[in-house]
Amino acid sequence: MTLLSVHNLSTQYSAGRGTVRAVDDVSLEIETGETVALVGESGCGKSSLGKSLMRLVEPTSGQVTFKGSDVTAMSARELRGLRQRIQMIFQDPFASLNPRQTVRAILTAPLKVHGIGDGKRRREIVEKIAEQVGLPPDSLDRYPHEFSGGQRQRIGIARALILEPELVVCDEPVSALDLSIQAQILNLLVEMKQRLSLSYLFVSHDLSVVRYFSDRVLVMYLGKIVESAPTAALWASPAHPYTRALLAAVPDPAKRKHAAPISGDLPSPHNPPSGCRFHTRCPLATDLCRAEAPRYRSFGENHTVACHYAQ
Amino acid sequence: MTSSQSTALSPSLLVAVGRSTEIASPPPDAAEAEKEWSYTRAPDALSARSAYQSRRGLRREIRIFLTNPNAIVGVLFLASVVVTALLAPLLYPGDPLEMVSRPFLWPGQNADYPLGTDSMGRDVLAGIVHGARISLTVGIVATALGLTIGIGIGAVAGYFGGWVDEVLVKIIEIFQTLPNFVLLVVLVAIAQPTVTTVTAAIGIITWPTVARLTRAEFRAIREKDYVLAARSLGYGHARIVFAEILPNALPPIIVTSSVMVAGAILMEAALSFMGLGDPNRVSWGSMIGSGRDVIRTAWYLTALPGLAIVFTVISLNLISDGLNDALNPRFSEERR
Repeated sequence: MTLLSVHNLSTQYSAGRGTVRAVDDVSLEIETGETVALVGESGCGKSSLGKSLMRLVEPTSGQVTFKGSDVTAMSARELRGLRQRIQMIFQDPFASLNPRQTVRAILTAPLKVHGIGDGKRRREIVEKIAEQVGLPPDSLDRYPHEFSGGQRQRIGIARALILEPELVVCDEPVSALDLSIQAQILNLLVEMKQRLSLSYLFVSHDLSVVRYFSDRVLVMYLGKIVESAPTAALWASPAHPYTRALLAAVPDPAKRKHAAPISGDLPSPHNPPSGCRFHTRCPLATDLCRAEAPRYRSFGENHTVACHYAQ
Repeated sequence: MTSSQSTALSPSLLVAVGRSTEIASPPPDAAEAEKEWSYTRAPDALSARSAYQSRRGLRREIRIFLTNPNAIVGVLFLASVVVTALLAPLLYPGDPLEMVSRPFLWPGQNADYPLGTDSMGRDVLAGIVHGARISLTVGIVATALGLTIGIGIGAVAGYFGGWVDEVLVKIIEIFQTLPNFVLLVVLVAIAQPTVTTVTAAIGIITWPTVARLTRAEFRAIREKDYVLAARSLGYGHARIVFAEILPNALPPIIVTSSVMVAGAILMEAALSFMGLGDPNRVSWGSMIGSGRDVIRTAWYLTALPGLAIVFTVISLNLISDGLNDALNPRFSEERR
């Protein structure tokens, strides 16, 4: 069953002179119980997409549907109900917790706002979720600055899960953490997913994490999704030249040779290239790519690619 | 714990977890935590350490404040001024503006009037003691008024932005382009100079500073992830403004507010010095003003109330610094 579907979503920021199309005509679907990863370089619009579909950033055009109701048309009151069902885990655990509130206050506030339980019941819920995410029992009355990054991220996860949402947007939840802590947090996310039957939209630039974690992968380049495939299929047969370059750039201890980097930098989103946006850095680019934006083509089950020359 | 059965770790991540066990030497009190060790929860050096030093809520901040010697000096002096002000009717019953002895008694000349008398034979000590009431009342009430208006307008402008912000900033700018003290004099001259009007006028000319400061803080803080998190949790505007942003915007406002009390005391003194204060109440400023004519022959008449102002203002500044250190947990944590 489709949990969330996004149709032709665009988000623009007006920055100084001109606008930036952070998300440009993106469509995607997330099934119930699925973990969908969204990968791409820094600045390609991954986080903007995550925030737009929750309407933390107002999308410019397009439609977001969550379980049949149109998110983009919701009033402020309806949106508040949606907040209970879609939650977010943030990248930087040092910035996403209010430094002036105790962990207990941070975790109790969502329950108060949504009118869940009385004082006693709230205390029970908070203690239960803290235990579930692996926070020590005495941590509730401490302040965020007394915790390490990993523990803070557990607090952030507890806060996102305390309202028992159905979909959690994870905005690079482990990229600010040490490798050893990353593994713990990822395992925790997997465990919580099974326990609370969650779906994840997992925004990341770390392909090894994505491969471990996700069922399906969306590859994003300069505001557009260029390839969408089940995780196994993507690694087995990446079709878009950008995806191939990304996968080739993951260091592989077995091969011990330098990956050919993608040449050049991400073009300015102020003034994106004509036609296929990747043509400035693509080894296969021809005049056709410069002139015409490619349409999505199917490459087997659930595998679509936007490229003129993908095979 | 179900994680070890339910999750399939990729080889590289397993390696990472395995390595961390060798590196992290368990802290002394980690024996208990060790029992719970698993793939999803592991003892953690910082949280084990902070278990020792965790203090709850306000108590910790008060402790930091009280270990700051400058702040203590400030508090002690201000407290003595406050106590003096409160006890003034008991210490010197009656009107301090009444003539009690012959004029120009120097300090120490007569034990009944330890700080002497002025040109009209009024007791200087009684004047200073009663003047503390006016100075503190005007300072605190005017600051409270300025803070209320300033925080309200600054918060709305900074939080909502857009055209609301533009309109409010224009209003702030109108106030800021007028010379402060001239505006104050005009306001007091239009209304009758009483303690109430002086206080209100000082409040009206000080709020734009607070508003600008609050607006700047709100603009910076509303972009923080924890405010985004609050929005994603469906918090209302009031909760976000008062519970999430305002407590984080407070340190600079608190620092400013104790300086503002000092500034208001100075403004009241300046008004009284110019004869624009409440003529029926004695204040430090009016004492300096009336001592001005005889400064060559009886300088103590200006110096003594002047010292009272100086020490009160300094103690307020010391307190404001101490408060800033104590109320900013990150900063005080790093300094320890």
